[in-house]
Amino acid sequence: MFTRTSDSCVARFGEAEATVLHAVLADLVALLAEDLDRTDPVVARLFPDTYREDPAGSAELRRYTEDDLRSAKLEAAMTLLDTLPQTGGQVSLGEEQAAAWLRALTDVRLTLGLRLDITDDTDLIAAIDDAVLSDPMSPRAGQLSVYAYLTFLQESLIAALAG
Amino acid sequence: MAPAETAARVAPAERTETLADHRSLPDRPWVTVVWNDPVNLMSYVTWVFQKLFGFSRDKAELLMLDVHHKGRAIVSSGMRERMEHDAAQLHAYGLWATVDRA
Repeated sequence: MFTRTSDSCVARFGEAEATVLHAVLADLVALLAEDLDRTDPVVARLFPDTYREDPAGSAELRRYTEDDLRSAKLEAAMTLLDTLPQTGGQVSLGEEQAAAWLRALTDVRLTLGLRLDITDDTDLIAAIDDAVLSDPMSPRAGQLSVYAYLTFLQESLIAALAG
Repeated sequence: MAPAETAARVAPAERTETLADHRSLPDRPWVTVVWNDPVNLMSYVTWVFQKLFGFSRDKAELLMLDVHHKGRAIVSSGMRERMEHDAAQLHAYGLWATVDRA
């Protein structure tokens, strides 16, 4: 988990952790690189309507803002992928790199959170237990564990950066 | 919001900005609203408010708690284009932000 040195946030990643992070970030990059499917709730959440009760106005605005937002999200994801060795190892992030990691981790958690139906009432530990009990090999059990790991990782990076 | 494991369970803010505060300000006809979501961490939302708006930690935390407990909070007010810019910035950080008339 991340700790703070004088000018950077530092963590060591095992190969399994690095593999998981690269996989989920690659999924995000793939989603962002394709034509955005506005009927996908994940796309709707990553690129929210600016005007809640004005879809047409939101769509009009999006014509001017979507490319920048997509580029910003891609850039954050690429920063994480570029600074994390694929086989794991030491990561040392300057402030802007740490901010990019936090943004990328957020987008991945938002994506997984929607796919896994995470709500304010979700007890993550209980949800993982339930999923593992019903089928330990199910994708849901694995994804819930990844979501919990990403949450833990993000929390530690915020603490290191802002703490 | 997802509560931080380590965050103290602070009592909800007595009062921060509300829609009504802005209605009497003709030079601030629009507002940026941040909505609660089940994924973003309380510590992260606080950090984003500090980073994007230069708020003190205390002010950022009060706004974050408003989002958490009341479901939303106004984080900026002003001209429409400025609010659209603020919302776009918040979207880049993964927060659910919208623009509305004050």
